Formats: sequence, C-alpha cells, structure tokens
Amino acid sequence: MDQLLYRIVTPSDNFATIVLFVLVFICCYAAFKQMRENDKRGTPREAEQSDKVQTWPYLVRIEFLGALAVMAILTVWSVLLDAPLEEPANPSVTPNPSKAPWYFLGLQEMLVYFDAWIAGVVLPTLIVIGLVIIPYIDFNPKGNGYYTFKERKFAITVFCFGFLILWILLIVLGTFFRGPGWHFFWPWQEWDPHKIVAMASWNWPEVFGVPTRTIDGTIHPLGFLIGMVTVLGYYGIGVLYYFRKKNAEWMKKLGVVNYGIVAFLMLTMIALPIKMFLRIVLNVHYVWVTPWFSV
Amino acid sequence: MLGNLMEKFRKSDVYKSIFRHDYKDTQRNRALQILDNVWLHLHPVRLPRHGVNLRYTWGMGGITFFLFIVLTITGVILMFYYRPAGEYAYDDMKYLMNDVPFGPLMRNMHRWAAHGMVITVMLHMFRVFLTGSYKPPRQFNWVIGVVLLLLTFLLSFTGYLLPWDQLALWAVTVGTNMAAATPLLGHEGPFSEMLGVRMDNDVRFLLLGGTQVGPAALIRFYVLHCIFLPIVIAIFMAVHFWRVRKDGGISGPNQ
Repeated sequence: MDQLLYRIVTPSDNFATIVLFVLVFICCYAAFKQMRENDKRGTPREAEQSDKVQTWPYLVRIEFLGALAVMAILTVWSVLLDAPLEEPANPSVTPNPSKAPWYFLGLQEMLVYFDAWIAGVVLPTLIVIGLVIIPYIDFNPKGNGYYTFKERKFAITVFCFGFLILWILLIVLGTFFRGPGWHFFWPWQEWDPHKIVAMASWNWPEVFGVPTRTIDGTIHPLGFLIGMVTVLGYYGIGVLYYFRKKNAEWMKKLGVVNYGIVAFLMLTMIALPIKMFLRIVLNVHYVWVTPWFSV
Repeated sequence: MLGNLMEKFRKSDVYKSIFRHDYKDTQRNRALQILDNVWLHLHPVRLPRHGVNLRYTWGMGGITFFLFIVLTITGVILMFYYRPAGEYAYDDMKYLMNDVPFGPLMRNMHRWAAHGMVITVMLHMFRVFLTGSYKPPRQFNWVIGVVLLLLTFLLSFTGYLLPWDQLALWAVTVGTNMAAATPLLGHEGPFSEMLGVRMDNDVRFLLLGGTQVGPAALIRFYVLHCIFLPIVIAIFMAVHFWRVRKDGGISGPNQ
C-alpha cells in the first residue's frame, strides 16, 4: 500500500495521469449514455433543446461558476501537492527509468516495439496527419452536432480505439507500469533494478527457421523476402479490400485516393497492437530487416 | 441621501460615458450586456439551449481557455523569480519553493494548471469528435484545433525543462532524442548520411543549441516557452474562437 502511494506521487506529476484517467472515464460514461439514449429515441435530445436562450445570464453564469470551481480545485490541489523538484540537473547521472513527460509516454511506449525513427517521428506525424484529415475523409453527413453511435459506428469505433486504447491506456501503462529498464512492474510492486526479462531474441523470418543475416553479417536474401512479403502483404490487405468493395456505395463516395489514405492510416494504427503482440508473446524484434532500416 | 447621490451619478455624463445601458432586467439589456462588453462580445447574444447543457459540451474548451489565462498570470509571476541560466535556474527554483511568499503556491498552480490544460484540451477534442462537430461547416476549425493541441503539448514540454532538475533534464533528453531519429534530418535517422547530417548539425542540434541538453537548450526552451509559443497559441486561439462564431456557433443537430 505504501509502495502504491509512493508510486502515485513520485514524481507528483503522476497524479495528473490519474486525473486524466478518471476524467476520461467520466466523459466516456456521459458520452456513451447519451449515445444510447439518442439512438433509442430516434430524434436526438439536442434537437429538442434547440430553442434559443439568452447568453446573459444562462451561459455567462455557467462560465463564471465553472471558473470558480476550476480555481477552487486548482488551489486545493496546489496546496496539498507540491510540484516535483528533484536533484539539480546532472548530465552524468542517468536516472533509470528516464521517462518523458506523462503525455508523451504513449509515444515512449512505442519505442519498445519500433525503432526511434518510426515510434518517435513517423508515427507521431501520421497521428497528426490522421487527425487533420478526419473532417475531409468523413463524408457521413449524419451525427453532426449530437451524440450518436448508430449513425457513425465506424468513425466512433476507430477514434475511440485510437484515443482510449492507444493513447490514454498507453499513457497509464507508461506512468504506472514501467520501471527500471522500461520493464513491466505492477504499481504496488517494488522496482527491482536487476529484473531479468527475456530479450526479444529473434526476428520474424527466424520464426520460420530462416536467418535474418548470413554468417558474414549481410542480409539473408530469403529472410529479406519473408519480411518484405509480410509487410507489403499486410498493406496489401487494403488493396484487396478495395477490389472487393469497389462497387459499394460508400466506396464510390469516398473515392480511391481517400480510400488509400484511410486504409494506410488504419493499417498503420492496427500495426501497433500487432507489433506489441509479436514482441510480447512471440519475442519478435523486427519483422523486416533491410540494410537501411528495420521495422 | 446616498441613494440620491448614486441616482445623480447614474445620470451624469461620466457614468453614461462608461456604461452604455442600465441594468434593468429586460430582453434588450440582456443582449446589450453581451454586445457592449469587449470581453463578453465573443459570445453570441443568444444560443441554443443544448449549448448551455454541460452534458453536451462538457465545458472543456472553456476550461482550457481559462487554464491558459491562469497559466499566463502565474507564469508572469514566476518569471520575476527565475533566471534561465545553468548557474542560477535550479537555485532560483529552491528559492522560490522555500523563501518566496506564496512561491510554492504559484509554482504548483502553474504546474497543475499546465497538466490540467493538456488534459482538458484532449477531452475537448474527444467531445468534438464524439458529437461530430468537425463536420461541415466546421472542418477547418478542427484543423486549427489540432494545431492548438500540438502547441499545448509544445508549451508544456518546453516548460518541463525550466526547473533544471534531474526530472526536467532527462525527460527533455528522452523527448528530444526522438528528433535525432528523424529520417534524413537527424543524425541517428535513416538516410541521414546521404545529406551529410552529423550530431552537430542535425535537427536536434537546432532544437537544443548543442549536442546535449545543456544551458543553451535551457535558454532556447525558456524563450520558446515564455515568448514565442504563447504568442503563436494566442493567435491560433483568436482564429479558433472567431471561427466558432463564423461557422454558426455551438454545433447542434439543426443546421
């Protein structure tokens, strides 16, 4: 128990992750409840509340009370919990673990499964691109300005998966379940700096008995081929799916270019949990090793 | 007697030059209350009833903006006590936490409000997605919102270094090491040798002003945190709020 409390407030920034988790939980409850209500009612509740009210006082008073409440919470929080201040900065002493600020811990967690240029640069860039293009690829006119799940099943499922699982949950994992050497520890478990964990010891081709490299260290051609076929074949699912659904109503509306972008981003997003599975369960390090990069 | 004086004052040219209308509770005055006030006129005069329903809006965008104001005020106060130089920064933090009256309160409030802002801006995005509020005609305001999200992360991240303690140094080291892995532009990224990119001329070097997180990085992050990013985010916020109005106010089912 003491260990758990210690973990929560060391550093005290960790407390922010708890606030995040609790608020996300409350918000999800509120949102999904309203989705269910609206889907059951047929016409959304918001449509019945579209008569106008005066901003003064009905909105301004909420803003005022909201500001007071936030100020009160912030004051209590600031009195009770000090911001962290550790030893002076010392470039010659590396703490273990060294963690990024809590909101980047999802990205840091990805470093376990991908090389830094993918986890730290390419995937964050794709996240931003994916967010920016959402309004331009979601051609579904329904569900604009009210809670609904029935009318936007695909959009809401994908976004919730990305936001709740791959962003929020990985932040919680990175904050409370990662210790020295970035190994897994329960929050109530003491950090053992000498914990021994099986390293990711082989690459995907070796699962099939094909070496990644030859004896003199160059890339083994068959191993290269297996990796390439796996990666390209994975993205090929998107192409195959296009030819299956070419004549569907939604595909015509979306267009081949937009479909290509959505399929690529979707498959890349799902590649993260797949790679997590390969690493954690099968101990696979790389799927495809090339002389220039490895994925 | 006092009431009489008040009454006289209310009818004077001085009073009328400041307050353009009286306070009687009429439809017209309620409208003028919003229209005649520079701070409140960002609002529409009237709005749909679901727009004041917290179950619908969660109030997260408004709280984010309020936290930004709190951060500006506490941040300016902290700047009086803090020097962004390797020799001074950590000692100034100790001074602030131990000797400055209300120093810990100001610093804690700045820290927790900053974390709070990151949380609320993410939840705001979540709500806007779930209500489909990025759909026409609000597509571009969603894009501005994504920029604001990134700027919030950057503000928080640049501020993270300033205490100049072990936590700050190594968190920023972990974060900026990512920049070294940028393809082509970072010295550890793929294909970077092709451009002649080295440790001392890559994108991480540009960010840190050195090959590791040192005093040069401290002053860079300080200037970005206190001057550059707040100005940029204020500009984008202005556009964001303006577009909310121009795109038809709070989203809703009837449009």
